[in-house]
Amino acid sequence: MAEAKAIDGRSLVRRRAGLRLWLSASWLGLLCLVALFAPWIAPKDPLAQDLFLGRLPPFWMPGAEPGYLLGTDSLGRDVLSRIVHGARVALAVALIAGTITCLIGATLGLLAGFLRGWVDMIISRMIDIWMAFPPVLFSILLIAVLGPGLVSIIIAIVVIDWTRFARVVRAEAMAQGAMDYVASARVAGRGRPGTMVREILPNVLPTIVVLLTLEMGIAVIVEAILSFVNLSISTDDPTWGGMISEGRTSVHQAWWVLVFPLVTLFLTVLAFSQLGEGLKDRFDPVLR
Amino acid sequence: MPFLRILFVRLLTTAITLAGVAVIVFFVIRVVPGNPIAMMLPPGATEEDIARLSALYGLDKPMITQFGIWIAGVMQGDFGTSITTRQPVLNLVLGRLPATLELSIMALVMAMILGGAAALTGTRFRGGRTEGAIDVANGMALSVPDFLWGLVLILLFGVLMPVFHISGRVTPSLDLPFTTNFYLFESLIRLRFDLWADLVAHMFMPALALAIPLAAIIGQLLKQSLKETMNLDYVTLARTKGYGETRVILREALRNAALPTLTLVGVQFTFLIGGTVIIERLFSYEGLGNMAIDAVINRDLPLIQGIVILFAVIFTGVNLIVDLLYTVLNPRLRHG
Amino acid sequence: MSFLSIRNLSVRLKKGQPLLRRVSLDVSAGEVRGLVGESGAGKSMIGKAVLGILPPSIEVTEGEILLDGVDLLRLPPALRRKRIGALAALIPQDPLTALNPSHRIGPQITDRLVDILGWTRANADARARELLSEVQIPDPDRVLRSYPHELSGGMRQRILIASAFAAEPKLIVADEPTTALDVTVQKQILKLIAGMQTRHGTALLFVTHDLGVVSKVCQKLSVLYAGMVVEDTSVADFFAAPRHAYSAALLAATPKYTDPAAGLQPVPEAVIAAVQAEVAAFDRRAAHG
Repeated sequence: MAEAKAIDGRSLVRRRAGLRLWLSASWLGLLCLVALFAPWIAPKDPLAQDLFLGRLPPFWMPGAEPGYLLGTDSLGRDVLSRIVHGARVALAVALIAGTITCLIGATLGLLAGFLRGWVDMIISRMIDIWMAFPPVLFSILLIAVLGPGLVSIIIAIVVIDWTRFARVVRAEAMAQGAMDYVASARVAGRGRPGTMVREILPNVLPTIVVLLTLEMGIAVIVEAILSFVNLSISTDDPTWGGMISEGRTSVHQAWWVLVFPLVTLFLTVLAFSQLGEGLKDRFDPVLR
Repeated sequence: MPFLRILFVRLLTTAITLAGVAVIVFFVIRVVPGNPIAMMLPPGATEEDIARLSALYGLDKPMITQFGIWIAGVMQGDFGTSITTRQPVLNLVLGRLPATLELSIMALVMAMILGGAAALTGTRFRGGRTEGAIDVANGMALSVPDFLWGLVLILLFGVLMPVFHISGRVTPSLDLPFTTNFYLFESLIRLRFDLWADLVAHMFMPALALAIPLAAIIGQLLKQSLKETMNLDYVTLARTKGYGETRVILREALRNAALPTLTLVGVQFTFLIGGTVIIERLFSYEGLGNMAIDAVINRDLPLIQGIVILFAVIFTGVNLIVDLLYTVLNPRLRHG
Repeated sequence: MSFLSIRNLSVRLKKGQPLLRRVSLDVSAGEVRGLVGESGAGKSMIGKAVLGILPPSIEVTEGEILLDGVDLLRLPPALRRKRIGALAALIPQDPLTALNPSHRIGPQITDRLVDILGWTRANADARARELLSEVQIPDPDRVLRSYPHELSGGMRQRILIASAFAAEPKLIVADEPTTALDVTVQKQILKLIAGMQTRHGTALLFVTHDLGVVSKVCQKLSVLYAGMVVEDTSVADFFAAPRHAYSAALLAATPKYTDPAAGLQPVPEAVIAAVQAEVAAFDRRAAHG
């Protein structure tokens, strides 16, 4: 009975993991499409204000106006259209900031973990210093220094979050470097850079891919947080964080201004991290 | 001897880390565009006014000189004067610290209770649906950061079922008899349970938002090590003595399973403290983090420096304590 | 009337292979029965079933375990635990892992007395001191306050023996209690268990793979192969003339008792084949019946 159940349970876990992977990937894929074709999908101009149409409720509630599916904010801007356009900023930040952070962080971690010595000393010490900063405060500071804008946000994320990759990749590279196959590659006459790229990197790669997926989710959150404290893009451009910030102040009068962008953000962050966790299970030969 | 050596090395690296933080924060914020002095003067102030005030705050000197003056001051416990409030930075920062500490510790306690309960329940009913449900809940809680949980909580318990306050630390109209800023603690000492309840009603949601991700980590780790412990011989022996499953978990397994989890919780606690910055903002809670964001917006350079340094001291301090605790506990673990 | 009576006990991996095949055996009050067999023969499984500590992946498919006349398998779990806790005890195999590292020794001996049997703490403490002297531990007061990692393996096994006898159980299951110990310590511990057993008149189910141990401690003997009892006899008869071919081969394989110079003999393949055929025949009958 137990064995059968264990087998059933395991395939159930695997099925559930597969389902999780597919759901996350579909949501993110849908989001990508929405972001790409935002001007054609959005029913209204996300910036168009109409004070006569302020705080319209979503379509199923009394007082709703046709054409404003998810209602309007206090300035009469269409919530759905703003969410659709906000996806552009969110995904741009996720993809660009995530990738650059990954490249820089993983490279530094690989160098530190493989070369050891003074390189490791310097990089580890930098990681220690970085870890002593409260990350949210650090990013707000950087935005204050760099000025608002998409590029600033991306720079801030890269500057702060490279340690996430560097720490893990360094530890993995150190563990891999101690294994026999690395020594035998060296004996076979492979140079240090060759060993690092050909022998160590492929074994660390799954971890890096998982971290990258998780980092994209984090990047979306960081953008939202910065928008929330009004330090992101200019306040007019629709961002989920900016919408949440507005919604937070008028939550008692018009909850939908907060709820819809929040749900979108929540699902997106969840999708990125579930994608990462799902990939982790996939790469892991033994199920947890 | 080895313990002293470890202590020495850790103190040294901590000092280097703090020095690094000081250097970085000092020079980074001085690249901030926008003259803080110009911002604090009323419109129409003359160039001379600006120059005079800049000289007063030492902002006219070369950066290296400014850094030297600041560091010399810090060494004597003088963190300079806040530009916006014109009060000593140290007083401002220490005045807000208790609020943030109370919030963080409350969140830590909540995380331990929630995570511990999840782990114990999951272990008690392991292999069944209950454990599966707990795993799914843990996965969700871990996937979403404190900021989003805070917003969700605001919607649930601030709007949908308004049972808790969604902003502030205490109801402003209340008369506070406190002499320290540890309101929560002092209200208990003074037996003012009415004030205590009001403080908790304000603190509950921000603390819970901070606690949820950490609770999930505790839940996962503790459950895993509990389940491993439950297969050990001394647990089996206890079963033959007549103890039921629940008592076996609590009496035999919990203490041994908790040690490895506790050391990890220490490190995670620093992440939680880092999270207070945005959570305090979200709930308009008057702590360090909220003051920090205001300081950045107002370009209050001395105040920013002071807050960042204080956070760094707290982070490295917590890490140091955890590391030392681990080395102290280790000899006994080795025999486990 | 035997104190422990196992009737036709069958146990298997849930939906999997059988581990015990209709095992029957009796242990009378004050009697010592050895359970021998190769590793995997199911001898520890019998002890675990009696004490109610079978792993969750294993289930009982048929049979009875009568402890003092009451079938444990028919009792609700809480009552079963209480009954086992009051009447039986375990001397575990590995003294290094069988004591909880974060509790002091004292409570680990007295916990059953206080929590399950309702003794007062003072009585239980006095009993623990008395027991430690009986197992020849010097300075009992210090030992009671120690943590397990402060004591040697032999010392810990003495403590576990004392703890097993604490509640004056009528039956003790000793699960290879000397296997994990130094050869020099093994003899002392064996002597200690035998002495305690005689003094307290406790029935003992002694699980071991060592026929030498059996000849010293036991009166009765069950030989197991693949979860089947192939021989149930008195120790004297067994060493004089084992009836089953497998038992004879097992006895022959133990060098000391026939020719010490011959060294360890493997059980002949023909004997293995024969006993495996018996197991297969049993399974066929079980499948049809």
